[in-house]
Amino acid sequence: MKLTVNGTVHDVDASPDTPLLWVLRDHLGLTGTKYGCGEALCGACTVHVDGRAVRSCVLPVERLQGRAVTTIEGLSPDGSHPLQQAWARHAVPQCGYCQAGQIMTAAALLEEVPHPSEAQVDRSMATNICRCGTYLRIRAAILDAAGES
Amino acid sequence: MRSTAFLLPLLAAVTSCSSAPAPAPADPATVEAGHKAFAHLVEVLRHPRCLNCHPDDDRPRQGMHQAVHDPPVWRGPDDRGEPGAHCASCHQDRNATDARVPGAPGWHLAPLSMAWRGRSDAAICAQLKDKARNGGRTLDELQQHLAEDPLVGWGFSPGHGREPAPGSQAALGDTARTWIDAGAPCPPRGEPQ
Ligand code: FES
Ligand code: FES
Repeated sequence: MKLTVNGTVHDVDASPDTPLLWVLRDHLGLTGTKYGCGEALCGACTVHVDGRAVRSCVLPVERLQGRAVTTIEGLSPDGSHPLQQAWARHAVPQCGYCQAGQIMTAAALLEEVPHPSEAQVDRSMATNICRCGTYLRIRAAILDAAGES
Repeated sequence: MRSTAFLLPLLAAVTSCSSAPAPAPADPATVEAGHKAFAHLVEVLRHPRCLNCHPDDDRPRQGMHQAVHDPPVWRGPDDRGEPGAHCASCHQDRNATDARVPGAPGWHLAPLSMAWRGRSDAAICAQLKDKARNGGRTLDELQQHLAEDPLVGWGFSPGHGREPAPGSQAALGDTARTWIDAGAPCPPRGEPQ
């Protein structure tokens, strides 16, 4: 089936019910998107579909016909997205495992609400888990990228 | 029975300003059948599979114990979750078999105007008939919603060992039809929860 990821159309030979996460990682070699729980509980696998954040571990690839998938690799060609720059300024990651999902969720938030309040950030990011506890730096970087700090 | 019959015209008068018009009440046996139908209807609506997404606050519930949704999510501005964390970010158009995440087309919370949690049967009945609080539906449209909306239908096929709402969606539609055809009678106000 045809799958558009980061602006490129791919021909993918996968069972229609394969979760998008495994097509990204195993078929297309896009390993920036991580596997955490496989049950839509942690957010590590977050990507965008038509600009909206989705959990790729529970999204059957057959639902993506004619839709545009963006992964962390496609967020900006050179890591220059305002969130990626703010992430570097605030030295957000610790182990890094959750960070692609955090940034993709944050990017979807800023797409909808360019200048979120602290409370809005907390609510929108609440379902993205970081075992290293980088939550305060995540919040600071998002507010910084949004010009709110 | 006598007190119920006495209250019917009063209830009709109370709700007539904003309610969808109901057919004129029929003979006592039909009205009684209407009350029985509503009792069954509300038993379904009160089942956690339905009630969990009709909260009276901004937090969906989950499970038979109606715990606050975990992971932590909120209603959001359009009842579809917060920006970046929409209901559809996780809930697909069908139940996810391996991941066990429940899903149906258009997964979202019922608006606050349709909150059932913590309400009496009489209050739920009045809400169902009130176009200002039932999504602008006539009674026929309400029946159609109950009988055909796939999100309502999910309650009877919730997947992964979850206890379904009692009966079937078709039976719910039939029950709603019986209730409406009997004049959509409501229980008297003040009856126990
Ligand atoms: S791996 Fe998808 S939400 Fe955890
Ligand atoms: S940085 Fe380690 S899990 Fe988030």
